[in-house]
Amino acid sequence: MTHINNLKSIQYIIKKAIFTIVFSIVSLFSFANHDTTHLATANVHEENNGEEKFDINKTIMEHVADAHDWHLWGHTSIHLPVILYTNKGLDIFSSGKFNHGHDIYVGKYAYKMEHEKIHAVDENGNVLEDVSVLDFSITKNVATLLITVFGLILIFLTVANGYSKRGIGAPKGIQSWLEPIILFVRDDIATPNLGKHTNKYMPYLLTVFFFIWFNNMLGLIPFFPGGANVTGNIAVTMVLSVITFVLTNINAKKAYWSHIFLPHVPLWLYPLMIPVEIIGIFTKPFALMIRLFANITAGHILVLSLVCLAILFKSFAVGFATTPLIVFISAIELLVAFLQAFIFTILSALFIGMAVNIETEEAHH
Amino acid sequence: MTGSIAAIGAGLAAIGAGLGIGRIGGSAMESMARQPEAANKIQTTMLIAAAFVEAVALFAVVVSLLGNG
Repeated sequence: MTHINNLKSIQYIIKKAIFTIVFSIVSLFSFANHDTTHLATANVHEENNGEEKFDINKTIMEHVADAHDWHLWGHTSIHLPVILYTNKGLDIFSSGKFNHGHDIYVGKYAYKMEHEKIHAVDENGNVLEDVSVLDFSITKNVATLLITVFGLILIFLTVANGYSKRGIGAPKGIQSWLEPIILFVRDDIATPNLGKHTNKYMPYLLTVFFFIWFNNMLGLIPFFPGGANVTGNIAVTMVLSVITFVLTNINAKKAYWSHIFLPHVPLWLYPLMIPVEIIGIFTKPFALMIRLFANITAGHILVLSLVCLAILFKSFAVGFATTPLIVFISAIELLVAFLQAFIFTILSALFIGMAVNIETEEAHH
Repeated sequence: MTGSIAAIGAGLAAIGAGLGIGRIGGSAMESMARQPEAANKIQTTMLIAAAFVEAVALFAVVVSLLGNG
């Protein structure tokens, strides 16, 4: 009896293994195909312009940077609205009017788009240098930000409603997925650094953690709902780190400032110490900004470079060799996406905690 | 050949970060083996230290990128 059972379970395991292998190979191919066709169309596109050589730098930077269109597949893309403000007033139109930078759109001025930057031009297509065009467009990054915001609001209101309906108890549905992560943020990130101030800063820490994580994960998806590089945009990371900077310095205790302006060093060291401490206030959030931006951008560039190799060498063999590598790097990027959200949150908690939990210097003496 | 000096810069940054993160990881492993009950705490501290080292390396990479473009 046990013999038959063993045989059955072995058969089951073999079936499962074969299914897994076939499934993973098929999915590898579909991914590889997607990326190659997508980049190949970009390549052909450039060749039509008279450029014979495949420009790997340009292709990668185009994919990492923000855009006015949201590319779907082949030559299909969503034309996002362009909102411009000049001294003649507001101009709102679809980015499809530019036809990927080939056409000039005539609104209150005539506009031309060059490398995703919009200039005002005269009838002959020459750039008017003295007209400043402020670009408030809903670009790919802004659209993704809005999607993220609505997604997070939806998810967290559902979770919050669950608690208010059922009370504190066994979580249900999406609650079961989020509760451990929320508790992880509270118990492993906030409490060790913030101590008795934990509850005051939990809303910010949770928001920033889930915002960064959600956007990092969306950035890893190569097609429609993802594809934008939001956390790899230095403006976004700058806003996040500025919020941490403001929170740290507004809530700082007296001892934090006396540590900066009246450090416990001999008087002749003051001209050296005070500037260093003041610079230190700014370098911490600056490092936060660069860390998130550079990590995410570097990850995207790495994956794109590997994808581009096959096109660069124009060979299937290279494609076969790089595909497992791309999958491997993408898997590491999944880890990095979580790790960077974690690092940003824990460092924010650390900086805020250092400012609000600082012991008064007198206690030591 | 353009941008090759920037590439050397990025490579040097990778060497530095590799040494740094290697040391952090090695020491963390050692201390976790000595004191497995403190593994969680060591892991968190290790990740923070690694993030600091990595940030310095990424500064170099960003500067190389800017220098390249």
